[in-house]
Amino acid sequence: MRLIRLNRFGWVLALVLSIATCSAHAALTIEITGGAALQIPVAIAPFTGEQAYPDKLSQVIAADLARSGLFKLIDTAGMPIPSTPAQVRVNDWKAKGVVALAIGTVLAQPGGRLDVQFRLIDTVHQDATQVIQLAGYSLPTNTAQLRFTAHQIADIIFEKLTGDPGAFATRIAYITKHGATYELQVADSDGYNAQTIFQSREPIISPAWSPDGTKLAYVAFDQQRPIVYVQTLATGRRQAIAKFKGNNSAPAWSPDSRQLALVLTRDGVSQIYVINADGSGLKRLTHDASIDTEPNWSPDGKYLLFTSDRGGSPQIYRMPAYGGEAVRLTFEGSYNVTPRYSPDGKSFAFIQREGGRFRVAVQDFASGQVQVLTDSGLDESPTWAPNGKMILYATNILGRGVLAAVSSDGRVKQKLTTQSGDVREPAWGPLLKPKL
Amino acid sequence: MKRFTLYLLLTGLLAACASESPKTQPGAQVEDRTSKTAQQPVDTRPLIPPQQAVNPLNDPNNILSKRSVFYDFDSYDVKPEYKAMIEAHGNYLASHPQAKVSLQGNTDERGSREYNLALGQKRAESVRKMLSLSGVKAQQMDTVSFGEEKPRASCHDESCWSQNRRTDIVYQSE
Repeated sequence: MRLIRLNRFGWVLALVLSIATCSAHAALTIEITGGAALQIPVAIAPFTGEQAYPDKLSQVIAADLARSGLFKLIDTAGMPIPSTPAQVRVNDWKAKGVVALAIGTVLAQPGGRLDVQFRLIDTVHQDATQVIQLAGYSLPTNTAQLRFTAHQIADIIFEKLTGDPGAFATRIAYITKHGATYELQVADSDGYNAQTIFQSREPIISPAWSPDGTKLAYVAFDQQRPIVYVQTLATGRRQAIAKFKGNNSAPAWSPDSRQLALVLTRDGVSQIYVINADGSGLKRLTHDASIDTEPNWSPDGKYLLFTSDRGGSPQIYRMPAYGGEAVRLTFEGSYNVTPRYSPDGKSFAFIQREGGRFRVAVQDFASGQVQVLTDSGLDESPTWAPNGKMILYATNILGRGVLAAVSSDGRVKQKLTTQSGDVREPAWGPLLKPKL
Repeated sequence: MKRFTLYLLLTGLLAACASESPKTQPGAQVEDRTSKTAQQPVDTRPLIPPQQAVNPLNDPNNILSKRSVFYDFDSYDVKPEYKAMIEAHGNYLASHPQAKVSLQGNTDERGSREYNLALGQKRAESVRKMLSLSGVKAQQMDTVSFGEEKPRASCHDESCWSQNRRTDIVYQSE
């Protein structure tokens, strides 16, 4: 290997470049590997004034929409860029096949604040005298929150054009393993702004977002056995809420964020309990000699799904949220685990083993019908986007732990990788409200 | 020349002193101090106190040095080939009431991490139950499961998976 000789200027340049690329680099790289059959052609024009800021609004919005697999992003190069609706030449955009055009401006305000004005213009239809505006918003923000504002705009566009709410303004939690170090990280749903929440040389598993988005529960082995912690994200303060004899694991928040279901082995075999979020008020829910684990609350708070081998093999059951008779739900095959209610409560995602392959599946409560969504073989830990449109999960490609996502109809597929090491145990957080 | 003679004298005296044997009184019995061991080859092995001579737990020829029970896929049943070993540990623990063990259950990497924590616990419990049948007291044993999180072997096929489906009997002073 030849040594490259750099003079002082060369070193400074190399340093500046590496810092610059670091700030632009996502902790998770997301790649689309499958899209919808019919994609909506849209164009996101550069926002007037966005060039002054490191995060370019139009690029973040376009990347969000492209990543959903539901949109075809039409290039705006060579087109005159409008700032106001009056400047939009609808026929020109229509000729490029665009059905909707996003335009906007970023205006600096006193005190470091920014005002983002954004409009979504219909480029298929037009009134005789004026353009048709599908959406128009004024969003106060600041430089640090610009990516969040872009995700909010992407959510608005998504909803206007598909009819379903977007989930771009969300965060995901996941666990990385690099050598002997485990990290619980939280990043934006596009993989940017990753922060380490907790780091350990012992395993960390089962992260779970409180529905109000303020806390993460997780299981850490840093005291030589699994303990359940709850950490408040804003302050970093963590509390061991379940440190009973034996194993403490599988935390699952109630919809009102006040309680957690969890699994303890203090009485010998894994059983399901409920505890208050501050660690008080432990109550046992299952009373049998079988494995009962992986509790998951229904969105209305009335039921718990869980995994049990009481029938001789791991299957998914449902019981009333405060204990009581359980009903078996899965009947295909000998291994159905990790149940997760969909946000609308009408179905659940889970992992099904068939012929030695572990795949993500969804079962409809009303019909009992099962749809297998993936065709890989080592899938785990499904977690729903809060709009119910995508399922994020962990998988393994050529011996490496990666995350992947699939749309609830199976058509759109994504792969999410870290630069090095393994990533696993994803948890998709709730829709975020702005911090201003 | 004089100095040299003096040195010679001194050396001679010293040599004479060194080889001087104890005077024996005429007619006194000479005590025979020689013993049989003095005439044998010198034993250079370190002295081992009798109670530590052979710790059965560490003796590679003793079944007690075996500490792991291995399981079939998806199973927590103890296979017949491990029963003698578990009984031996049970007898040792029953006769050494101060001894304590931690029973640590493990699984291979396939499937749900939480389900594997529960399966590992069942494996640890299966050994605990057999030990208590040998008369081991409850306070001598505790169980924990690491699920798939602390594998002994890290490749991705049955040659490693079979090594990870196991309960370890860990004596607490070790």
